Parts: sequence; C-alpha cells; structure tokens
Amino acid sequence: MNDIGKPNLEIFADTLLDQAKLNQNILVVTSDSRGSGKLVNFGKELPDQIIEVGIAEQNLVGISAGLSAGGKKVFGVSPASFLTARSIEQIKNDICYSNQPVVLVGISAGISYGQLGSTHHSIHDFASLRTFNNISIVAPADNFEASEVIKASVGYNKPLYIRYGKKPMMSIHSSGTNFQIGKAITVSEGEDITLVSTGETVQRAVLAGEILKTKGINPNIISMHTIKPFDNDILIKMAKKSKVLISIEEHSIYGGLGEQCANIIAQNKINLDFKILGIPDEYMVNGSQADVLDHYNMSPEKIAALSAQMLG
Amino acid sequence: MSVDQKFLEKKSLEYRRTIIEIIYNSGAGHTGGSLSCIDILNVLYNGILEITPNNFSTIERNNYIHSKGHSVEALYTVLCDVGFFKKEDLKTLNAFDSHFIGHPTRKVSGVEHNTGALGHGLSVAVGLALAKKKDKSKKKVFALLGDGELSEGSVWEACTSASKYQLDNLIVVVDRNHLQITGKTEDVNPIEPLDEKFKSFGFDVEFVNGNNIIELLEIFQKVPFTADKPSAIIANTIKGCGISFIENEISWHHKVPTDEEYGKAIKELDEKLIKYE
Repeated sequence: MNDIGKPNLEIFADTLLDQAKLNQNILVVTSDSRGSGKLVNFGKELPDQIIEVGIAEQNLVGISAGLSAGGKKVFGVSPASFLTARSIEQIKNDICYSNQPVVLVGISAGISYGQLGSTHHSIHDFASLRTFNNISIVAPADNFEASEVIKASVGYNKPLYIRYGKKPMMSIHSSGTNFQIGKAITVSEGEDITLVSTGETVQRAVLAGEILKTKGINPNIISMHTIKPFDNDILIKMAKKSKVLISIEEHSIYGGLGEQCANIIAQNKINLDFKILGIPDEYMVNGSQADVLDHYNMSPEKIAALSAQMLG
Repeated sequence: MSVDQKFLEKKSLEYRRTIIEIIYNSGAGHTGGSLSCIDILNVLYNGILEITPNNFSTIERNNYIHSKGHSVEALYTVLCDVGFFKKEDLKTLNAFDSHFIGHPTRKVSGVEHNTGALGHGLSVAVGLALAKKKDKSKKKVFALLGDGELSEGSVWEACTSASKYQLDNLIVVVDRNHLQITGKTEDVNPIEPLDEKFKSFGFDVEFVNGNNIIELLEIFQKVPFTADKPSAIIANTIKGCGISFIENEISWHHKVPTDEEYGKAIKELDEKLIKYE
C-alpha cells in the first residue's frame, strides 16, 4: 500500500506492447500522439503494427473502425480531449452504432495537461460517451488496473473507451486482485461512510481513508474503474449500509460518476447524505492536475474533513 | 469479366422502377440521389465486386462503403436483387420496427457499414484498405461519396492517409450530380476543380459518365490507374437520372412522387423496359 508506481500511461504502453508482440492482429493508430502515448518503443519494436494518421482525430477514429471491420484488433490512441470531442460523431456512428470493437484510448485525460488549460482537458468524456449506446468506459486507478484493463480489452468484443493520466500513481491493489470490466473493486470495507471514486482520484479517496482511520472512522472505499456498464450492485450494497456517500471524480460534476451514483441512490430509495465532488460549472482555475483537484475539494484532507463533517 | 451490356441496362431500368416504387409506397426517400448513383451500384454489384450473401461474412473479399448514406434506396434495391433479402422485406421500408430505415444500417444483410452522417465513409474505407494491405490481400475497397459531401473536412483527412499508405486498392467514386439539397454544389460551396484537388492529395483521377453502363464497366476494370496510388473516379451523373421530370430538379432531392407522378414515372420506365424484352 502507498508505494508510488509508474504513470498509468507507461503501464498502458508496456502492456500493449507485450500483448501486440503475442498477437500480430493488434494494430495501434496514433494522431501524432505516439510520444504522449508512450508508444515510441512500440513504434520501434513493431513498426508494422502502428499506423500514423497525423493530427486528424476524426480520421483516426474512422480508420480504426475500418481496420476493425477488416478483422483487426485496433487501439486508437489520442489525447482524451481531442479524441472524445473532435471526433465524437465518428465514435458515435463508426464505432458505437456500427458495433466495431475498437479500443479507444484517451491519453492525458481529465486535467492531466494541467496548465495547458481547458482546450486540453477532458472533463466531458464520461458524460458524452455515457449517452452513446454500446460503448463501455473505463478509468483505471493504479498500475494494476491500468495493465489489467488492457489485457481484458484484447478479447473484449464491443466498443471500449479507456482514459489514462500521466502522473505516477500510488499502488492501490495487490497483484492477486480480481479485475473485470464492469465490476468495481472494493479497496476497503468499513462502516458508516462510503467513498466511491474512479481513475486517478481513487488514490485521493484511499489517502482520505487513512486520515479518517486515525480519527476512528473506517470508510468503505470503492474503485469504480468502469463507468459504463456501471456496477449498480456494489453501489447499492455500500450505500445501503452507509449514512454518508461521497463520490470523487476528475470530471465535470455533470454526467459522470456522481450523477450515476445519484441516479442509483434515488431510484433505489436509499436514504443517506450524498455529495458529488468534481469540477464545477465555472471558468476553471489554472494549475497542475494536483493543484486543481485540491482546489476543487478533492485533496485527501478536504475529503476527510467533509466526510467527518457529514457524519456529524 | 464479360457482363452483357443489355443485361445490365435492363437491370438499371428495373432498379429505377424499384426505387420509385419503394419511395412511393413508403412515403419517404432520397429520390434524386438514388437515381443518380444506381448505375454505379448496378455495375459494381453485378460486374465487379463479387460480394454475395455466401461470402459476405468473410474478410477476404472486396468491400463497398456507401458513404452517401441518404441514397439508401439505391443500395437496398441492388442488395435485394443480388440475393441478400427478399423483395417482400424491402416493402417494409420506413415502417415501424423495420430494419429498412432511411440510411444504411448493418441490421440489413449486405450493408457493410452504418452511414448517413456525411464525411465518414472514406476514413472507414481507408481502414479497410489498410487492413487488406496488412493481410497482403489483392481485394479492393470501393467507396461512393456524394459531391455535396466533399465539403466535409474529414473526407480530405482520409485522402491524406490513403495517399501516405499508397492504397492502390482503394477506389473513391464521386457521384458528381452537381446538386445538393439547397441547390447547385458550386453555388452552395464550390468544390471545383475537383480533379485537381484529388490529384494534389495523391490520387490518380479519371472522369466517367456515371450513368453509362459500358463506361462504368471499363473504368472499374482499369483500377488501380497507377500502382501505389489510390484512385478517384469522378462519375458525372444526372440527379434523378432516367425519369424525365425528375432529372436535374433540385426539389426531387427527397421528394416523394404523387399518385400521378408515380404513374408517369412507371410508364416512362416500362416503355423503355419493353425494348429489352
């Protein structure tokens, strides 16, 4: 616990290279993004398995769909901000509606680009892609999840979007943990409060949990790595045994993890105190990923303080 | 490949009859564009592509991407005739819960890719052609684009990749009927000089009369025009081709014939068909 690992993006690239060495049918498509996607080695080692389209995300998604229709297992890799906004219609029609089991990999997702600003942030990707039928959405928390989802994605037979950040991530899960797309991982099971998070904010929930433990509070902590299809069962189970539930995400407070939790809580008549932490609807503050998340009340200290306050 | 000219010409007339019939019966459809591209589809499916219900689920075959998805009645008509489904099924066009909707969908047997939003098909065709290159396959990928569609920037993104990867197994066919829903393409948003555009993007380009069976057969048998280069065929067509009062009339982009117009159109076609009996 608490070992600082590598950036999830590096784990993604290493795992994909391993998988592609075993399977010539795997192709990677990039949009001048092999450097940011940590795929320089991939390009050197497997030059016949990487396709470069230049800075043209719509084309990247369309070509990925065509390669998939031609029998290839395709990983389309591009910055999450451009991949899921610039080419959203290609994702909707050519991947989701046409049912091509392409893996779309959004790199430097969320607010990983920090001071590069809102043009480069993807705090919309969960919300926009959740409304498309037929696509699954995964945000890995640590190196273990980052690697497992790529292994699982090779045999996944429907469209899949995975988002990765680029800062080193704390190790959360042990290597023997069971990973399955669509099944959340319970990091710790406690009593009256549940912290549910996804992707790179899970480590913040875990660190908040450690602060809470020093105050005698044992939270349930859930890594909801799959945003769609959502693991309703685990959320219902944890919410029912909790007095307080807090969701934490590197995404707009609209249309992401938090609103999905609210949906499930309301439709299952679960009565508890609930708070969504995420990026509010305002001109975003500028700063590093860590500073921005801290600013929007997602530092471990602030999450712990809010938890204690809500528990009363 | 020797395909009888008369046989194909007769098919084109029959296809036009079916297009008018299903649009009239279902109360909706893209009449003008379906009639302009039907000869292209006729020649491709009956003389070139060798796509059949038997080989459709296999990878090692030619592909056809109908990027100008709104001209779906032409596609359904030809797919029906080459055996993908029964004519009875086609009669459900636009009915509730029918798979036969107003844009190509893979729910319909024989449809390769879901289209309808313009500017998508060429990238998909590039991906298919690239997969064939990886597989060292000699098969080809044909994509039919509308001329109005060429204002979509994504078309030209796809062209850059087709050229970069030397996809001489990719053939772009432009249904150049010069009209789109608002008016003449050159008034709405000019796309000329079209041949120069494709050439500058690395294509070899040829023109063809897109409503002439023999010319179409000849040009499709010639591709690729140059080794290692993608081919573009600018098929000059007449929107609404084959029915006198529909030809070159902007209003027929998606107009449905009245009872009287339907009778007149069928009569015109039947008078031509009788010469092939």
